Amino acid sequence: MKRIKQYLLSLLLLFSVSLHAEKITIAAASDLKFAMDEIVVSFKKANQGEEVDVVYGSSGKFQTQIRQGAPFDLYFSADIAFPRELVKEGFASGEVVPYALGRIVLWSASLDATKATLSVLTDPKIKRIAIANPKHAPYGKRAEEALKASGLWEKVQEKLVLGENIAQTAQFVETGNAEIGIIALSLALSPELAKKGGYWLIPENLHEPLEQGFIVTKRAADLSLAKKFVEHIRAKSSRMIMKKYGFVLPEENPTK
Amino acid sequence: MSGRRRVVILSEEDLQAIWLTIRLAGLVTILLLLIGTPVAWWLANTKSKWKGPLGAFISLPLVLPPTVLGFYLLLLFGPSGPVGELTRFLGIGHLPFTFWGLVLASVFYSLPFMVQPLQTSFEAIGEKPLEAAATLGASPLDTFFTVVVPLSFSGFAAASVLTFAHTVGEFGVVLMIGGNLPGITRVASVQLYDHVEAFEYPQAHRLAVCMLIFSFLVLLALYIRPNRINKT
Repeated sequence: MKRIKQYLLSLLLLFSVSLHAEKITIAAASDLKFAMDEIVVSFKKANQGEEVDVVYGSSGKFQTQIRQGAPFDLYFSADIAFPRELVKEGFASGEVVPYALGRIVLWSASLDATKATLSVLTDPKIKRIAIANPKHAPYGKRAEEALKASGLWEKVQEKLVLGENIAQTAQFVETGNAEIGIIALSLALSPELAKKGGYWLIPENLHEPLEQGFIVTKRAADLSLAKKFVEHIRAKSSRMIMKKYGFVLPEENPTK
Repeated sequence: MSGRRRVVILSEEDLQAIWLTIRLAGLVTILLLLIGTPVAWWLANTKSKWKGPLGAFISLPLVLPPTVLGFYLLLLFGPSGPVGELTRFLGIGHLPFTFWGLVLASVFYSLPFMVQPLQTSFEAIGEKPLEAAATLGASPLDTFFTVVVPLSFSGFAAASVLTFAHTVGEFGVVLMIGGNLPGITRVASVQLYDHVEAFEYPQAHRLAVCMLIFSFLVLLALYIRPNRINKT
């Protein structure tokens, strides 16, 4: 009997703790996978007991889901146009905050991509080139623009395989199913991919900028933990992490 | 890229995706009729201790998340996987991102939908007609084609329809090993997903309605067929 009482008491304690702690859920574009993971770890270290969940996926999908009432408190998009639309439609609390510029790179696990340029893609030895689906993935769209600007788009058509998002694109190349791919610099710099192959930075004049932005959603307007996280994102430590993963940070973004 | 006139319900890309889906599902159904029939026959008649394990293995796709299958196929078929090395050695190349890769994946994925209805319908025949045929001097093969096949016709019909429909409904595996190539691996379910992701809701609706109607008709065909199917 005493045992049961003790058990119930500890259960009660457990519940009361979870009731008091706040929790936020973040929807983040898959190019942020490694950078955001690190930022969340440092945030949790600084804010013991707070819960932060991150869901990674394609920016477009998250936009639709937020419109349909998905329980996301923050939304980090790889294309700033998506959160801008949400602000206009009244799904956000506050304005869009630009947080980074993304870059695209040629990356391969089997060839030496560091010495490559886009023109290697026409090499007959390369059978498959992975890019993200340009129809809905921001990184895929930029890859298409870069290929078009270098006059290669028509020539490589037959070799293209399309990833559902930029992480799947990287995974097509990582498993060797595609010899080379155009992926996010932030992924090429991740420890998992960096040890498997080098990258070649695609000149940014070949494509529109990959301007990325985030919003706090309407439902998180009064959530103090969401505000805390936004502050943390703007702090120097987070900016250093973003830089480490190759993101170019917007100058107008105040450090505090 | 929608049609030039309003009467055009589906775009050319949609039609291409549908045609590809029909080809894939049709081919898989034919292949599985050839593979599944002997397997189902063996399962229906054997007393071997392997009956249980093999039956369980064949039924795996019923409960296995398609992503599990997709993940393993991607690794096995890839350049560093055993199957990938074999196919390269044979001069076929690598199977991910190819139509035949999808065919092979679908054969495994839809296997239980062929084998199970066949097995039940073979078991329902019982031993008497077979014994009668044997006493009349028919060889086992003869017996199979002149006695078993006609008797289990509705079993074959149900198995084929289910296999076809299940292959049409495939999504997870294709998304993981397809690479979204128009005319090669971009099947209708993936095309629909792309429409939704690109906010092309009107196009998504049209394709979705087509698939909804198709699925309903398939099930209707199964349910209004009288007699044997209910028994099997």
